[in-house]
Amino acid sequence: MSEVDQNILSMEGISKTFPGVQALDDVSLSLKKGEILCLVGENGAGKSTLMKVLTGVDKPDSGRIILDGKEIQTKSPQHAQSLGISTVYQEVNLCTNLTVAENILLGREPQKMRRIDWTKMNALASDTLKRLLGVDIDVTKSLGSYTVAIQQMVAIARALYIESAKILILDEPTSSLDVNETEQLFKVMRKLKNEGVGIIFITHFIGQIYEISDRITVLRNGKLVGTYETSAITRVGLISKMIGRSLAEFDEMTKIKLESSKHIRSEALLQAKEFGLTGAIQPFNLDLHAGEVVGLAGLLGSGRTETASILFGSDKADTGSISMNGSVVQDYSPLSSIKRGVALCPEDRKAAGIVDDLSVRENIILAIQASKGWFKYLSLPEQYEIAEKYIKLLSIATPSADQPVKNLSGGNQQKVILARWLAINPQILILDEPTRGIDVGTKAEIQKLVLSFAEDGKACVFISSELEEVLRTSHRIVVLREREKVAEFSGEVDENTIIQAIAGSEA
Amino acid sequence: MKKPTKQTITWRRITENRLFFPIVALTLILLFDFIFIPGFFAIENREGNLHGSLIDIFRNGSTVMILAIGMTLVIATGGVDLSVGATMAIAASVAGILMNPSALKNEVFFVTDPNYTFQPLWLVIIAALAISLICGLWNGVLVAYMRIQPMVATLILMISGRGIAQLITNGLRVQITYKPYAFIGQGWVILPFSLYLVAIVFAITWFITRKTAIGMFIESVGINFRSSYFSGIDEKKIKLLVYTFCGFCAGIAGLVASSNIKTSDANNIGLTTELDAILAVVIGGTSMAGGRFSLLASMVGALVMQAITQSMYAIGVPAFALQAIKAVVVIFVILLYSDQVKGFVRKISAPKKEV
Repeated sequence: MSEVDQNILSMEGISKTFPGVQALDDVSLSLKKGEILCLVGENGAGKSTLMKVLTGVDKPDSGRIILDGKEIQTKSPQHAQSLGISTVYQEVNLCTNLTVAENILLGREPQKMRRIDWTKMNALASDTLKRLLGVDIDVTKSLGSYTVAIQQMVAIARALYIESAKILILDEPTSSLDVNETEQLFKVMRKLKNEGVGIIFITHFIGQIYEISDRITVLRNGKLVGTYETSAITRVGLISKMIGRSLAEFDEMTKIKLESSKHIRSEALLQAKEFGLTGAIQPFNLDLHAGEVVGLAGLLGSGRTETASILFGSDKADTGSISMNGSVVQDYSPLSSIKRGVALCPEDRKAAGIVDDLSVRENIILAIQASKGWFKYLSLPEQYEIAEKYIKLLSIATPSADQPVKNLSGGNQQKVILARWLAINPQILILDEPTRGIDVGTKAEIQKLVLSFAEDGKACVFISSELEEVLRTSHRIVVLREREKVAEFSGEVDENTIIQAIAGSEA
Repeated sequence: MKKPTKQTITWRRITENRLFFPIVALTLILLFDFIFIPGFFAIENREGNLHGSLIDIFRNGSTVMILAIGMTLVIATGGVDLSVGATMAIAASVAGILMNPSALKNEVFFVTDPNYTFQPLWLVIIAALAISLICGLWNGVLVAYMRIQPMVATLILMISGRGIAQLITNGLRVQITYKPYAFIGQGWVILPFSLYLVAIVFAITWFITRKTAIGMFIESVGINFRSSYFSGIDEKKIKLLVYTFCGFCAGIAGLVASSNIKTSDANNIGLTTELDAILAVVIGGTSMAGGRFSLLASMVGALVMQAITQSMYAIGVPAFALQAIKAVVVIFVILLYSDQVKGFVRKISAPKKEV
């Protein structure tokens, strides 16, 4: 037992700052030999940054990494691999057009007479898969002809091929697997565990955490919440640790919220009836009233983002309908939504929000201009007027309106996108994770902004991974679980009630 | 850190201007000409029209300049159009056959009458431009609506275009003797007529892209098409527009080129000019990844390309070696654009900071 208890890896006091964001703040983690450790936390909690520090992608600002009793400094993923730390990423990043054997041994092909020894290579690959993972497949077929689960196994085989692999990091390997495939992966994980490999398993599925892990390390907002024995923590306990609670500083927002709830009107601005998209979100009913902020709560993958995108029309619903101001919407597309007065601030700021080379001014007027069309071009003075107005209103920190938006900090970029949507004067504003990766001060500003927006007789859908934040800003909370609307709460709700709803009846 | 002085700020503003490097490149080439080629800058007044090597750079560069205008917009959306050379040939063939249809009867008929044309000039021009618009539209549909990669999509027309052009002229070279047509490429009104064409196309394009929202939408789509989509920009329509417009520009260039050589030669008109046009845009500083563009910088880029050719001819480099020399010069110019070199230039030439 004593040997098993020994830590093969410990990370101590790791801190990492990116411009404008403290990604990791004094985080520690330890991993024992033959242990499966779950690393959990919502988006932006710092899980991936912590793993990037471990595998040498990012350099920590401070802290130590100790592997097998020796302090190490990983310089690159290759270096980490040579030390025995292997990683399998969420997206299978292998070449589907190459054979399984080629994928496993890419860059390490056995040679004969300065040529690749194909016979040996195929034998090695097939042997590795069988011996390590218990998977018996034809390694000369192309990887693409196998299921995602098998591809995932191949990725693991590739990661483990280095004989000295002591630590295996699995970054959300199950997000694209079905139940049977997941079971197959778990079998492999248990086999490796018995062979003494330490596994760090990152997942969002609570059920899987309880099925496979020995211990759980929870991160939130870049800070370590704690490490728990899996058997010693309940589901509800775990979720409340992940999404956090802080009773402090509730009062001011609560006051504002109470005040603003007087402005809610009974008329529905938008009504969704049996609205849904197969595979994304089960059909649901939802009314948005003037003056109301509706929070969507649920874990990652529960269908929050999908709900937002079908409401906006960037994904097309295949059942049900939406009516706005009493008339049924016929045409779903971002442009027609914008013209109707529906705005969506998407989840991924970099990929779907900012246009990084354009100036702050151009980014702010982009949606207005798109709704006006090609030829009714806003004159420069008009553009500056709008841009300056919102720079002031949202106190966007930028040297000038002509600054490329990529030079701004994350929080200010987010404000620019908010400005883009506020500028079209929307009736309904959908905010998907508007405060991710943003400092606390800006978060509070955005939350207040949302409430004052609603006070003007408009409706807002507010999505956030932080339950606390949803509670603080929303008049009504809709809970989603496994791509289905499961509950709706209005008025004063107790946080635990919502956590129960998120966790489901099994809790 | 010390605050940057006024001087450094002005210097930065100059070096960060998009026109800075193309103009530096052009100046270097012209400086070379000034030193090594006597009389390169001499401009002669012949019956009120200006002639000279410098004027020739503009005149011979006009086809690439016109192509570069359309190509700039295509590249700004993150695409590329390889078919402009072939489109030039198609437009030229249509124009040729409408003026001299003898090729259709499978006979080479040498028209000697400079006033003879089968169809009136206006119809010839409209038909040729209409065909080139269709070529551009085809590319646009493939790229925007069929989601084919721009390089592959336009490669189709690049390859098949010359075949189509040959079909139109029945596989023969068509002599064009009609004098008014020759004026397009060879006429002179103080300056070469083709230069006025360049100016008109440039002015219209500049107006359309900078005085309407289209320019900003093109850049936005080129930088981040997902963000643009979420902001309500119809990315497909924008792409359709730029490819169609690029085809149209190629049509004009085809008219100029065929008028220049008094022939519509389906095999040789516009051969490899698509590459010259792409290079002109790249020298003008528009990134092949899409995004910010400058039409004026592309024009200077086209002049750089033509100035290189012209200078090489003037110092007696044989035609067959020209491409190789051109490549060397282009590599040099492109190197000027790398961030490393840019940073270096800024460092050595900025006024010294006090320690």
